[in-house]
Amino acid sequence: MALYKQHSGGRPAARVARNSAIAVVLLVFAAATLFPIYFMLISSFGDPIEAGAASYRLWPGKFTFASYKFFFDFSPHSYRWLLNSIIVAGSVMVTNVVFASLAGYAFSKIRFAGRNVLFSLLLSAMMIPYQVTQVPLYILIVNVFHIENTYSALILPGLVTVYNIFLAKQFMSSIPNEIIESAKVEGCSQFQIFTKVIAPLSKTVLAVMAILTFMDSWNTFFWPFLVTNSMDMQTIQVGLKNFRFANTTYFSPMMAGAAISAIPMFILFFSLQRYFLEGVTVGAVKG
Amino acid sequence: MARLARTNKRRIFHADGAWAYGFIAVALLVYAMFTAYPVVSAFFISFQEYKPLGSVYVGLDNYKNTFGESLFWKSIRNTIVYTALTVPISLLISFAIAILILPFKKRLQTAFKAIYYLPAVASGVAMSVVWLWIYDPLPSGLMNRLLDVFGIPNQNWLGSSATSMFSLVLMAWLSSHGTSIIIYLAALLGIDNSYYEAADLDGASFFQKLWHIVLPFLKPTTLFLLVTGVIGSFQVFQNAYLMTGGGPDNATTMVGLLIFNNAFKYFEYGEAAAQSLVLALIIAIVSYFQFRFLGKDVEY
Repeated sequence: MALYKQHSGGRPAARVARNSAIAVVLLVFAAATLFPIYFMLISSFGDPIEAGAASYRLWPGKFTFASYKFFFDFSPHSYRWLLNSIIVAGSVMVTNVVFASLAGYAFSKIRFAGRNVLFSLLLSAMMIPYQVTQVPLYILIVNVFHIENTYSALILPGLVTVYNIFLAKQFMSSIPNEIIESAKVEGCSQFQIFTKVIAPLSKTVLAVMAILTFMDSWNTFFWPFLVTNSMDMQTIQVGLKNFRFANTTYFSPMMAGAAISAIPMFILFFSLQRYFLEGVTVGAVKG
Repeated sequence: MARLARTNKRRIFHADGAWAYGFIAVALLVYAMFTAYPVVSAFFISFQEYKPLGSVYVGLDNYKNTFGESLFWKSIRNTIVYTALTVPISLLISFAIAILILPFKKRLQTAFKAIYYLPAVASGVAMSVVWLWIYDPLPSGLMNRLLDVFGIPNQNWLGSSATSMFSLVLMAWLSSHGTSIIIYLAALLGIDNSYYEAADLDGASFFQKLWHIVLPFLKPTTLFLLVTGVIGSFQVFQNAYLMTGGGPDNATTMVGLLIFNNAFKYFEYGEAAAQSLVLALIIAIVSYFQFRFLGKDVEY
C-alpha cells in the first residue's frame, strides 16, 4: 500500500501502537524545537531586574508587563523602531509584488529579443554570496548617493529580488497561453492582460511572495545595521541588538525585546499559515 | 493578404516587446545598480587599498595578505567544521522527521509542519538573544542544569573555545530544520503509491522500501537541500557575530564574520573584497563538485 504498513488485516491495535510511538518521538522533538520560543515568552513576563541570583523558571510564574515597559523605556525611539520596520517591510513587500510579477510575466509569456540572456543574467545573481556585494553596495549608498540613515537606503537595494522574479516566472509559465491569446483577440493591451488576467490568476503565489518578503525584511538585521547610524532610523532588529549590548544583565527585558521583535511574525504566521507553508515548497520544487 | 498579416503580426510583436521591456525595466535597473555594479566594483576594490579620497592600486597585495594570514585559514577551517557538522545532520534530522510525519492524516501533518517551521519565523536576532541566556555559563543556566541532570559539570558554553563552536552547532540543529522538513514531506507525498504496492507484492520490508524506493526518489531533493544548505552555511555570519563575536580566541570566526570585521571594523575594504571573491570561488567550486559527484543520475 504505502510506505508504512496499513495493518488493515484486522490488526488496528498494531497501527495505533506504532502511530502513538511515532507521535511521542515527534512531540519530543517538537518540544525541543519550541522550547526557546516558550522560554522567551514566559521569561518576558518577569520583573525587570538584573539576572544574577534570579534563576530561570521553566513554568510561567509571575505575570507583569514591567519588562516590556523597561524595553520601551530604553530609548525614546523604541516605538519608532517598530514603525520603521513596518514602513520598510511594507514598502519592500509592495514593490516586490508589483515589479517581480511584472517581470515574471514578461519573462514567462512575452517573447522579446534578449529574453533568455537577460533572465540568465538575473539568475546568476543568486549564485553570488552577499559578502561580495556588501562592501561596494555600502560605498555606493553611503559615499556615492549619500543616503545613509534614510528610508531610501533601507528600501532601495531590496526593491525587487531575483528570487521573487524567479518565483513569479515559474508560476506564470503554467498559465495556458490560450487565455492570453483570447484576451489579445478581445483587444487587451499587454498591461490590461497583466492586470485583468495574469494578476488575478496568480493571486496565491503573489500572496505567498508578499508574506515571505515582508517576513524576510522584518527579520533582516545586517543591512539596516550597516546603513543606519541614529536610533530614530533603526529597525526593531537593530534596536534589539543595541538593547542587548547596552543591558547585558537584564534578563527579562531582553526576552521582552526579543518577544516584541518576534510576536508580530508569529501573529502573521498563525493567521496566514497556509501561505507560509506553501511558500516553502513553491520555490524549491521544480515548477 | 499574407504580407499584411505578417506586418500586423510583427507590429503586435514589436508592441509586445516594448511592453516587456517596460515590465522588466525596474527589475533590470535594480539588478544593474545593486548587484551587477557592486560585483564589478568588488573586483576593482580588491586590487586597491581603499582611501576615502582616492584609492591606491596595490596589485595583488590584498590577495597575498589574505593567503598569508593565519586567521583567514583558521576562519576557513571554522567554516568547514561548522558546515560539516550542521548541514548533513540537519538534513538527516529533517529526513527522519518527514518520514515520521508521513503516516498521519493531513491535518496532523500540517500541525507538525507549523510547529517545526515556527523558529524560522522568529527573527535571528531574537533567537540569538534567547539562546544566549540558555547558554548562561552560571550553574543556574538552563544548559548547565540539563547537564547537571546527567552529572556532567558546568560548561562555559559560548565563553570557552572548546565548546563555543559546538554551542552554535547545537543551536543550528534545533532551529533550522523547518524548511527542509516541509520540502522533504512534499517530495515524499509525490511518490506514487504504485511503487510501494509493487514492493509489497514482493514482500519488501519497511526499510527495504525506504532504501530502494524513497532514497532514490528523494535524491534530487536531497541534492537541492545539500547544495543550498552548504551555500548558506558558508556565508554564515549573524549568530557568530551576535553571540560570540567570533571568539573566544577566534574559535568561531567564520569567513563571513572575518570579511565583515575587515570591512566594517578595520575599514580594510580592499582586503574584505578580495576575501569575499575568494569565498565566492570556494562556494562555486564546492557546489560544482556536489553536482558532479552526487548529481550524476539526477534528472532535472
